[in-house]
Amino acid sequence: MMRRRSLIAAFALLAATAAPALTPEQEARYQGLIDELRCLVCQNQTIADSDAPLAADLRAQVEAQILEGKSDAEIKHYLTARYGDFVLYRPPVKGTTVFLWAGPFVLLAGAALAALLFLRRRRAPAAAAAVDPDTLKKLLDEGRE
Amino acid sequence: MRYAIPALVMVGLLALLGVGLTLNPREVPSPLIGQPAPDFRLTTLDGRPFSVQDLRGKPALVNFWASWCAGCQVEHPLLLRLAREDGVAIFGMDYKDEPDAARQWLARHGNPYTEIVADPAGTAGLDWGVYGVPETFVLDAQGVIRYKHIGPVTEEAWRDQIRPLLAERAP
Repeated sequence: MMRRRSLIAAFALLAATAAPALTPEQEARYQGLIDELRCLVCQNQTIADSDAPLAADLRAQVEAQILEGKSDAEIKHYLTARYGDFVLYRPPVKGTTVFLWAGPFVLLAGAALAALLFLRRRRAPAAAAAVDPDTLKKLLDEGRE
Repeated sequence: MRYAIPALVMVGLLALLGVGLTLNPREVPSPLIGQPAPDFRLTTLDGRPFSVQDLRGKPALVNFWASWCAGCQVEHPLLLRLAREDGVAIFGMDYKDEPDAARQWLARHGNPYTEIVADPAGTAGLDWGVYGVPETFVLDAQGVIRYKHIGPVTEEAWRDQIRPLLAERAP
């Protein structure tokens, strides 16, 4: 009797302390979100990777808001309203971030153009310097004699 | 002339790197500048209710600190001086701290705060975008955030950024 009561008490305690579980679908959203949110304390880690207390707070926020039925966009908005776009590993495309998004492609296009011009310029004189086969034959014949 | 273009590219790259290396990546610009200070309902260390409305009335500093925070000891002498000599209103937000530890710390180091608000779970800190104490916000008399200083307040930050803002709207 005594043992059963303590067993029930133990289960009750477990039920009270365990957070309401996420469904597999919610769990996937949770993982997806925490994998692309930056921890502000240790700035090159996501909040999924970081052990900082703030990262734990932010993970708890993300989980709580998923359970409240908030969308991914609403959760990201909640965080950017407080910490700015810096928390997003994939910042939105806007005036201040255009260079960030377009920069690599602009550089790549510029480099490709430069390489193309360079190669074309080098090839042109090489073609002009081609040896006339008749002259070559004559020269070779002279050498043999 | 042959080297003009590579030289220009190099100069541009060096300029970009020079700027990039002198920026401090720890200073994340706050999206809250120009916004009303986020609401909170907490209590002071003495147990009286305190909300964001109680910060209004005159320009003030809101300083997130904790007794466990090393950087807070660094800025503490300056805060004491500002409160005593310049009459600056400084509200202390006791971030993720034990009330007893906070009281002992203040007894040892001195108390520059007009009022100390306990934020034991860091909920106000989260809403204010705090990610590491000490952080100090400058509020105008209407309770709008005008500036945020990350890390210990320095003499330069006080002179160049904070004092002009406080003077701007002071009566």
